[in-house]
Amino acid sequence: MSSPRADFLSGVRVAAPILLGVVPFGMVAGVAAVGVGIPAVQALAMSVIIFAGASQLAAIELVGRSAPVVVVVLTVFVVNLRMVMYSASIAPYFESESPRWKAALSYFLTDQAYAVSLLEFENDPETSRRWYYLGVGIPLWVTWQAATIAGIVLGAQLPAGWHLEFAVPLVFLAVLVPAVTDRSTGAAAVVGGTAAVVAHGLPYNLGLVTAAVVGIAAGLVVEEVAGEKATDETNETNETTNDAEGGH
Amino acid sequence: MAETTFDATTLWLLIVAAGVGTYLIRLSFIALFGLLDEVPERVERALRFVPAAVLSALVVPDIVFADSTLALSLGNTKLFAGTLAALVAWRTENILATLVAGMGALWLLEFFF
Repeated sequence: MSSPRADFLSGVRVAAPILLGVVPFGMVAGVAAVGVGIPAVQALAMSVIIFAGASQLAAIELVGRSAPVVVVVLTVFVVNLRMVMYSASIAPYFESESPRWKAALSYFLTDQAYAVSLLEFENDPETSRRWYYLGVGIPLWVTWQAATIAGIVLGAQLPAGWHLEFAVPLVFLAVLVPAVTDRSTGAAAVVGGTAAVVAHGLPYNLGLVTAAVVGIAAGLVVEEVAGEKATDETNETNETTNDAEGGH
Repeated sequence: MAETTFDATTLWLLIVAAGVGTYLIRLSFIALFGLLDEVPERVERALRFVPAAVLSALVVPDIVFADSTLALSLGNTKLFAGTLAALVAWRTENILATLVAGMGALWLLEFFF
């Protein structure tokens, strides 16, 4: 049987290799922030308060150009829009948590924490959701802050030849492959990935959000056509599935 | 590199506004779930595809682009490393094994080519 402590630690164990990829990314955030003239305290505050790497880098770029504050803030929101999907996707697993816990857990919602935790939640219903997720999320948080500080202090001394940043997509790949379990999830992955390549040039990370939406749509279409999972997934609502056709 | 003209107050305002908004985005559905009587069935079905679609959209560009141009050629070492890592992920379903295979392949290829 699982205990909170054991579940937290198994989260930590899974998070450990991911930290490898987070370090260079966090350092870049620190280096870039001081590079555009953001003081050290505010550079660290960005990592603590915003805690979302891609959006921080976008904000830093715009701050460097002294863009209007509203534009900077809106850019951060747009880059982080994908988290709406994570929030919706992981919400059922946090349903029994108190509002206070929900508020605390939300702060740790990142690409990595989402991907890894969801995989575990789907595979093992016995795991304590809260503690496993925190086991993944807290080391990520600590590493992100430490890496930012290292970047602020050390400046641009990253060993680029190590390609440590490649660890991040590899972790997502490790979670993605087992998530493809049938034709419809396969279609979501293929179409989502292809659309992301096509939409790569869109500003503010909009390519990612667009690709995700297109991928989800492709999954729904294939599911509809192939009739997969229609019975075991949603047995009580499944009569309404067929006549809800086009009714949105 | 350009230096910002923002003063400390402006920077704090910007950081707090961006941070609070980002937090509310994270909190959104986690807080709403359970308050809404029932999640629409259509939404529930769509959510099943979030991991596959989003993760693929995160991964694929990182592998097929080199210096922000599409590189589907033999010269792109990340393409090889990524493909090998995908095979390892498929066989082992293990994050660490996938990471070791992918990083190892990338380092070897970068070393030899």
